[in-house]
Amino acid sequence: MTQQKPLLSVNHLKTYFQSDDGLVKAVDGINFDVYQGETVCIVGESGCGKSVTAMSIMGLLPDSSTIQGSINLDGEELTKLSKGNMRRIRGNKLSMIFQEPMTSLNPVMTIGEQITEVLLEHQVISKKQAIKKSLELIKLVGIGRGEQIIKSYPHQLSGGMLQRVMIAIALACDPKMLIADEPTTALDVTIQAQVLNLLQDLKEETNMSMLLITHDLGVVAEVADRVVVMYAGKVVEQGTVEEIFTDPKHPYTRGLLQAKPVLGSRKKRLYTIPGQVPKLVDLKPSCYFADRCEHCMEICTQQTPELKCNDNSEHKVACWLYEKEVVHQ
Amino acid sequence: MTQEAIIQVNQLEKKYKAKEKMFRKNTEYIKAVDNVSFHIEQGETFGLVGESGSGKSTIGKSILRLQSISNGEIIYNGKNVFQLDKKEMRHLRTKMQFVFQDPFSSLNPRLRIGDALAEPLLDHGLATKKNVKEKVMETMEVCGLPTYHINKFPHEFSGGQRQRIGIARAMIMDPEFIVADEPVSALDVSIQAQIINLFQELQEERNLSYLFISHDLSVVEHLCSRIGVLYLGTMMELASRDQLYENPLHPYTKALLSAVPIPDPTKRRERILLKGDLPNPASPPSGCKFHTRCPFAMDICRRVTPEFKEREPGHFVACHLVDKDETNT
Repeated sequence: MTQQKPLLSVNHLKTYFQSDDGLVKAVDGINFDVYQGETVCIVGESGCGKSVTAMSIMGLLPDSSTIQGSINLDGEELTKLSKGNMRRIRGNKLSMIFQEPMTSLNPVMTIGEQITEVLLEHQVISKKQAIKKSLELIKLVGIGRGEQIIKSYPHQLSGGMLQRVMIAIALACDPKMLIADEPTTALDVTIQAQVLNLLQDLKEETNMSMLLITHDLGVVAEVADRVVVMYAGKVVEQGTVEEIFTDPKHPYTRGLLQAKPVLGSRKKRLYTIPGQVPKLVDLKPSCYFADRCEHCMEICTQQTPELKCNDNSEHKVACWLYEKEVVHQ
Repeated sequence: MTQEAIIQVNQLEKKYKAKEKMFRKNTEYIKAVDNVSFHIEQGETFGLVGESGSGKSTIGKSILRLQSISNGEIIYNGKNVFQLDKKEMRHLRTKMQFVFQDPFSSLNPRLRIGDALAEPLLDHGLATKKNVKEKVMETMEVCGLPTYHINKFPHEFSGGQRQRIGIARAMIMDPEFIVADEPVSALDVSIQAQIINLFQELQEERNLSYLFISHDLSVVEHLCSRIGVLYLGTMMELASRDQLYENPLHPYTKALLSAVPIPDPTKRRERILLKGDLPNPASPPSGCKFHTRCPFAMDICRRVTPEFKEREPGHFVACHLVDKDETNT
């Protein structure tokens, strides 16, 4: 897969916000690629910058932010695009599903209107054809009674149904790249299982790529091909799903995996990562995880480790523990 | 029952009036809780699981008499909670406390947390103005809150710390019984582990009894000794942790367990996928309420409500399928 050109390539992306307390480095120099037909998961806790990454790619950041670096989708540099050109791509080639379907849909428009709106905006299509296509889409995402659904309003449908509608809207123009920001977090487990299965099936059918953002390691293990672990605006570890789960390298990744209660594995006490995520203002050069890390060394508090591979695999980690020279000292 | 029950819930029923419709004589009711019975032993953690709308929070609130009930009784240490007069109830309130899902919305934003914690003590005359600060600081320490936070306002705390405040607020009354309604659902994995451990430590120190309400089956497995599974206000299965997780009998329990994503990519399992959504509780399905989504539904399930029967010591289930298997063998 590495010989292929990536569909989405994020390089040295920095997204900063100006706040009252100072400059917030929400995303601080991250790199990753997504290839055709692949599912990449960004995992991390709240405040690690995973949603800001998604918003940066979508070009949906507020004006108070500054963005540096490059985001390349299928040969086009998204950060350089004008607003109008970005609009052409958004919802078309590049699409997104949000966490809360209830608040992302317009409450005073019918489901049908909201699906056809995307189609009419991006495709040369008559209203009649658009309605026909939206019925097909509703069927595609596994909702019966399409005729009835397109006439109903968001408040008349359940959370799981609305998330399916969101997926239908996102898929309306056959996107090459789908970004899903915590798509199942607000749903019950049985509905979550349905939606995850649906996303997997649709991805296989259409061969699109998916960037899934989640805090749930269980979801990651079920759907991801590759995983990007973020902490305090930086990528701390990156690798295939097997590498991350069977051989986690970064103490933070290990901590996350151990802290989660898992069905069938009973422990007396859960492993805890002490402390909490640092504030992203005025951080000094250091490993940002240092004050919560049980392997913290002197260098960790003085220099920021780089994300790199330590063997021939694509498994990258940003941790001083794996820098050979340092350990040998 | 080897140990004494601290809480006994008998045939609890709670009906809410559905929206009244014009020109319709009979008001419709939604049965949020339908004939639920269980007990909680001294010093144990009883788990209630179910999807949204299954009535788990309603049961929690009813036990503490935070709302009225339509039928049935709740016995706390031999006393019927709903027959107590105001004075007795007020005294009992100190013994039973509630921990909410979202501690931020349950704290007064204009009250410093020291004052928020002192308020119930002073109100119930359990401390004087002189020694109240000492007690507050003691409880804060027990709950892992640094005491220099005493003069801060709720918005100055992170999510995990707010939940610690929520727990401190309950603990300060030195209760015997705590209802915790999704106390860790809004927290990040690493913080969640800290709070779960805090719950366990406090229980061991003070011989507390918990009713732990959650939709997360992995957390419930970790914490609870006995568990009840609710579906649309009806108890479907009730068993000890080992019985429920190793030998689930009800198809709904099986489906719930199989829907939980497991953080291990080598174990991508075949799931029991449930069809459709939770039915509308205003017009629940006839017979077994689960039959519309049950993969094994038989004819009898549509007509007759299955009986909630004990299959092995301490393991109760309401399912015709289990009945059938039993008569066959």
